[in-house]
Amino acid sequence: MGFLDIDNTTKSYGAVEVLHKVDISVQEGEFLVLVGPSGCGKSTLLNMIAGLEEITSGEIRIKDAVMNGVHPSKRNIAMVFQSYALYPNMTVGQNITFGLEMHGTPKPERDKAMKDVASLLQIEQLLDRKPGALSGGQRQRVAMGRALVRNPDVFLFDEPLSNLDAKLRVDMRTEIKKLHQKLGTTIVYVTHDQIEAMTLSTRIAVMNGGYVQQLGTPQEIYDAPANIFVATFMGSPAMNVLPAKVEIENGRPTAQVILHDGSTVSLPFSQDNMKDWAGKEILLGIRPETITDEDAADRKSSNIAHMTNRIVVTEPAGSDTFVTMTLGGKDVIARMRSDANVQAGADFTFAVNMEKAVAFDPKTEARIAP
Amino acid sequence: MSVATQDTAIRTGRVTRTLIYLVLVLFALFYMLPLYVMVVNSVKPLEEITGGGMMNLPVVFTLEPWAKAWSSAQIGVEPTGLSPYFWNSIKMVVPAVAISTVLGALNGYVLTKWRFKYDTIVFGLILFACFIPFQIVLIPMAKMLGLMGLAGTTWGLVLVHVVYGVGFTTLYFRNYYAVFPTELIRAAQIDGAGFFQIFWRILLPSSGPIAVVSIIWQFTNIWNDFLFGASFAGAGSQPMTVALNNLVQASHGVKEYNVHFAGAILAALPTLLVYIVAGRYFVRGLMAGSVKG
Repeated sequence: MGFLDIDNTTKSYGAVEVLHKVDISVQEGEFLVLVGPSGCGKSTLLNMIAGLEEITSGEIRIKDAVMNGVHPSKRNIAMVFQSYALYPNMTVGQNITFGLEMHGTPKPERDKAMKDVASLLQIEQLLDRKPGALSGGQRQRVAMGRALVRNPDVFLFDEPLSNLDAKLRVDMRTEIKKLHQKLGTTIVYVTHDQIEAMTLSTRIAVMNGGYVQQLGTPQEIYDAPANIFVATFMGSPAMNVLPAKVEIENGRPTAQVILHDGSTVSLPFSQDNMKDWAGKEILLGIRPETITDEDAADRKSSNIAHMTNRIVVTEPAGSDTFVTMTLGGKDVIARMRSDANVQAGADFTFAVNMEKAVAFDPKTEARIAP
Repeated sequence: MSVATQDTAIRTGRVTRTLIYLVLVLFALFYMLPLYVMVVNSVKPLEEITGGGMMNLPVVFTLEPWAKAWSSAQIGVEPTGLSPYFWNSIKMVVPAVAISTVLGALNGYVLTKWRFKYDTIVFGLILFACFIPFQIVLIPMAKMLGLMGLAGTTWGLVLVHVVYGVGFTTLYFRNYYAVFPTELIRAAQIDGAGFFQIFWRILLPSSGPIAVVSIIWQFTNIWNDFLFGASFAGAGSQPMTVALNNLVQASHGVKEYNVHFAGAILAALPTLLVYIVAGRYFVRGLMAGSVKG
């Protein structure tokens, strides 16, 4: 029993099922992020929690009370919309207290609640302005103020940062995280931005095609993605996925990978269960940051493999230099230190941290190791 | 914005430009001519008109025809002038415009924000009302008004005009609300606002431009309507247009053209006034939603 339970919930439009048996239990104070590409059903799920969309089957419970069919205003939730949805004809102060007014809170209490929230979000000086006279970041704050003032059980955020410019987005991201740490509220947050998902959440639900592909902490999702979709969706640049063949060498399972010139390099696995796949083709997942030069290799890793391969392109990005090579017939990206001595067209000896490597079944695309 | 418009304007030489303005001025004069005739002749004594100087400026200036048209001209059998009919029109137009506009706004609200099954068909049927010719409904409407006991009353006319106008007002408001962000409605729902609270507190305050369009359209049409007024009005509820007809078409006595002209201007003044006061919102409202920004 969680604080917010999404119990075998499905959503259909006519005969088309768009959400398939979603089962998530959120604890009090958790920050759950629903992340996925557009059309994956994440916003639909959020709207179902809010009561703006009906639940086709299954149950949604908040504090053990079934919410199916309960009006949005009676669920004790608050929502921050992508467009902020501030009432254009009302001042900031009226926007913030509209919900309290509708719930019949007396005026003195409303004013006090408004002042508290305004000082928390540092928007006191904006209270008499109309939303049209505010900047994007200010509107964002007001929208959060409107949600906070009701002191709800669950906060719902629907891509709240996607309308802000890049710099402001990073600032507001930190702001939201601070607010969550300070208030300890339960939050469900929808985004298509995997960095937002990683940085904000205590748990992530990666969604695609109406299915929850994986539910777990950011670390679990990043280190042990359930399948190739999760592996490549989370992380930037995306995880390299390349074909390899498993063979046993000196009693250890290894991945045989083809280099740019057609020769084969042998990368030993850390996981013994890969022996079961001996002689079979797999898909090998290697994160860009685990391919480095020798000096930058992880000292704590017990399994650093080496390979010499030709560099195709280098992309210096300031903090890192991205190096593209051909491995297993695919373009593979390595994330090097910015001062690594790499040159396009030259051969280079890479250190691969195989402790972090992930193996996938090429048929089901599901993870087989670790 | 203005820079962009200047850039896209066609560049022309001075001669072409002069020609364009000449033609435009000529057209403007031509279109102003009826108004000129009406105004000039409404402030002349009758002899100056019957003497054949229709286009001449008045030799003797008089407001006598205006006073007569307003308060003492023979309308039908009573020498009341147009004033009682003017008030009849006001009593009909104001409620009819108000009710049809509010109903149109409500319809538009429901059709865009409270979608239901087959709502597009319902909207199509309402829209159909815009294309029904007046004449078709005359006899059924007369029967209905009789059954409802509203025959010959101002409220009967109000009902007729509301029924006829709701198609247009619904069309206006539906299209306006179709681009109104639905997230605002959802936010208000979560805030606990009910159906009518959302309508009054969120939607209507943002409906200024389209309300102006609806009011101008309805006011002009209902004020200028003659057919329904002539068909359904009783002795005490005849609108201005019918009275003007009775004044001009009187088959006995001298034709007082100057009084007729003054009466016609009086009948047209309210719609002119509405355009002057609210006209600049009219185009803005008609364009709303079609172009961004």
